[in-house]
Amino acid sequence: MLSIHYFASVREALGQAEQRIERPKDVITVADLQAYLAGQNSAFKTLMDSSAQLMVAVNQTVVDGAYQLTEDDEVAFFPPMTGG
Amino acid sequence: MNSDQLSIQNEDFSIAEEYRQLRAQAGDAGAVVTFTGLVREMYQAEDQGSKIDSLFLEHYPGMTEKCLLEIIQQAETQWPLLAVRVIHRIGELKPGEQIVMVATASAHRHAAFDAAQYIMDFLKSKAPFWKRQSSGEDSHWVESRESDAEAIERWQ
Repeated sequence: MLSIHYFASVREALGQAEQRIERPKDVITVADLQAYLAGQNSAFKTLMDSSAQLMVAVNQTVVDGAYQLTEDDEVAFFPPMTGG
Repeated sequence: MNSDQLSIQNEDFSIAEEYRQLRAQAGDAGAVVTFTGLVREMYQAEDQGSKIDSLFLEHYPGMTEKCLLEIIQQAETQWPLLAVRVIHRIGELKPGEQIVMVATASAHRHAAFDAAQYIMDFLKSKAPFWKRQSSGEDSHWVESRESDAEAIERWQ
């Protein structure tokens, strides 16, 4: 199972903080997962299509779309950080 | 999760107490630098011109600590530091409140100054914190700044 977490404006746009999904066979990379989620959820597609930058972390490290997922990965989507 | 070097907390902190503890850890330090970030009332005065009522800090528990400890370790490999401490607050904060502290101790001032600035620059755009500001009826997420991303480039 992939556990997927959403934070800040992304969490609010989707109306959920997390979900767990069985990784579909054709979802290999982070970009595949994004395309899959956009197909499942119109709010996610709207986020992907917007100009706002969407960041991704896998197992709490920021990665790009080419990153290859493995079972039980913790994936998180969020906007650019604004701490400090 | 908190360690000697890092605390993510709702509560306020005392600079005097942090300074005392840092000196106790730092042995024969010749320089201590403390940076404190505060919540400004005119948060985005440049494009809004309005005063904020409060700021809400969200973070990614687990990744926040991992990122900040990595940033601290990076600083320790680049400068001869005797002690480091980072505190970042989360939850709702009011204008004038303390939001973040970075403290460094070293034998000499340049290492302490540079390391504190390095840690703060990376914290700003690499640690998973997000600010939501509220002003009257309006409440929105703060946009990241180009200048914060640029601040990192000078260290690379």
